[in-house]
Amino acid sequence: MITTTHSTSYFRELQAKSLLYRMTLLKLIHAAKAGHTGGSLSCVDLLNVLYNHVMDITPENFSQRNRDHYVHSKGHAVEALYAVLADKGFFPWSDLETVGKYGSHFAGHPTRDIPGIEQNTGALGHGLALTVGMALAAKKDGLDHRMFTIMGDGELAEGSVWEASISAAHYKLDNLVAIIDRNTLQISGRTEDVMALEPLEDKFKAFGYAVRHVDGNDIAALVDLFDQLPFEPGKPNLVLAHTTKGKGVSFIEDKAPWHHKVPSETEYEIALRELGLAEKDLEAVDGLE
Amino acid sequence: MDSNSTPMGLANLDIFASTLMELAANDRDILVTTSDSRGSGKLVPFADKFPDQLVEIGIAEQNLVGISAGLASMGKKVFAVSPACFLTARALEQIKNDVAYSDHPVKVIGISAGVSYGSLGTTHHSLHDFAVLQAINNIDIIAPADNVETALAVRAAVHHPRPVYIRFGKKAMPILHDPQVHFEIGKAIQMTPVQDEYDIALLAIGEAVAPAYFASQVLAEQGLTSCVLSVHSLRPFDEAAVEHAVTHSKATITVEEHSVNGGLGSRVAAFLMQAGIFHPIHIVGIPDEHTVIGSQGEIFNHYGISAQGLAKTALQLLHKEAV
Repeated sequence: MITTTHSTSYFRELQAKSLLYRMTLLKLIHAAKAGHTGGSLSCVDLLNVLYNHVMDITPENFSQRNRDHYVHSKGHAVEALYAVLADKGFFPWSDLETVGKYGSHFAGHPTRDIPGIEQNTGALGHGLALTVGMALAAKKDGLDHRMFTIMGDGELAEGSVWEASISAAHYKLDNLVAIIDRNTLQISGRTEDVMALEPLEDKFKAFGYAVRHVDGNDIAALVDLFDQLPFEPGKPNLVLAHTTKGKGVSFIEDKAPWHHKVPSETEYEIALRELGLAEKDLEAVDGLE
Repeated sequence: MDSNSTPMGLANLDIFASTLMELAANDRDILVTTSDSRGSGKLVPFADKFPDQLVEIGIAEQNLVGISAGLASMGKKVFAVSPACFLTARALEQIKNDVAYSDHPVKVIGISAGVSYGSLGTTHHSLHDFAVLQAINNIDIIAPADNVETALAVRAAVHHPRPVYIRFGKKAMPILHDPQVHFEIGKAIQMTPVQDEYDIALLAIGEAVAPAYFASQVLAEQGLTSCVLSVHSLRPFDEAAVEHAVTHSKATITVEEHSVNGGLGSRVAAFLMQAGIFHPIHIVGIPDEHTVIGSQGEIFNHYGISAQGLAKTALQLLHKEAV
């Protein structure tokens, strides 16, 4: 049950942002003829809520230490992050025209050359240990800022994730928020067929996390959940965000090949039309209020 | 000063630990991370005295380096301490991505390096670390020769703006340098008097410097002059010092506690060839074979990394005999 006190128009604004980000990331991938469509679309609502509702990260405070921090552990879904960071004002929207181009800093995975990006990621299973180190530094210095990371579910097969989990619990890092983009697909197919992960809740609980489930594509549910941080004092926070890979575009949703498939001209136009219709629906609802 | 009169010091590891104690007392941002290796790193006194500045990670080298990079990104001066064999193999991707690529100035400390764990076998040897780290951009590579170089290297590393790897052995080392010796990351130290001409150049790194230095004394007894360089930094690499040593000598021997592939010898040879300096050179290190078992000293002797062995190699080179 949603217990939040935020107004309906607040959620509408966030939903409109998700649509903007979806259109932007599709445009980026289409123009660059490369990118990770499915995973960007699945985690974009999470990034939206984190950057626009939960985390205290702005271009103005980015050079300071005492703010929240974010590590994009599923680095391949960088196009979603680029869209959010442009919207936050870290760099002009026009910079995104260079994504993947010769000589551009906007690579196919996050790097600290891009304003707003904290850690170079892309090799899976690295983000959580980095986040543990950052959270530990905050604890040592008595600072109350929080460290967030989003991991893919396929990424959980990396042993380093579990090494980092042991230490997150050992050091009682309740300022650490690990989010799993649980879209159940990875490049070769279903996670459960490639290398079974379940029961994930039991595994994470056994590793010492305070675990919560949420619909990772439901803005209101995400706002409500993150408003409850920290979930349990003295325990690292783990969010099992159940998402749909390719969320928002009917023919991309829940299809493994769209992990890194690039939309054709026709597919791109259909996708934008679908998202445009959704935007109109949103405006229509706003009009009724 | 010859090998008999050279005073013995402590293990470089002891000096690393005691220097760090001194530095950490005045700087709470200095942190040590270890992989259940505080004992082998001689860091038990550090842990007792500064419990808040030692972060135990357990036996998990990838996690050790990842967490260290996270700590460094928040402004901590982190010494990530683990046996060199595991640290630079198992956590290589974390060193490459989280430290070097991400430009976090972690001090990656490989302890009991080379064949320090001689009799424990190949699992515990690090004869690959120079090679793999030289192929990774943006991490400096240092192997101090003695206690003096060790203390100065650790002091230099604290404020070093770039990622750096330093490796130490666990055996007591002869004191080769005056405590006032000029030490600078990237600048080799010449250990024999500067001359216009030498018979042989002995370019060595880390704990192989001592046998190279003592070999020069054996050769001196036969009237031969040597230019001995402690090339403590493999990156940045001191081309000028190497060029001086080589171009003023009749032949060159490189000496290292590392595979003959991809270490100091390969670096020197590549530099000379590309600089158009064609010159007799012989690379002494651990050959491309399953390494013999024994103590560090026994393994050194086996492969000719000794005063007598290197002197013999020098004579063969100078007499143009097959080495």
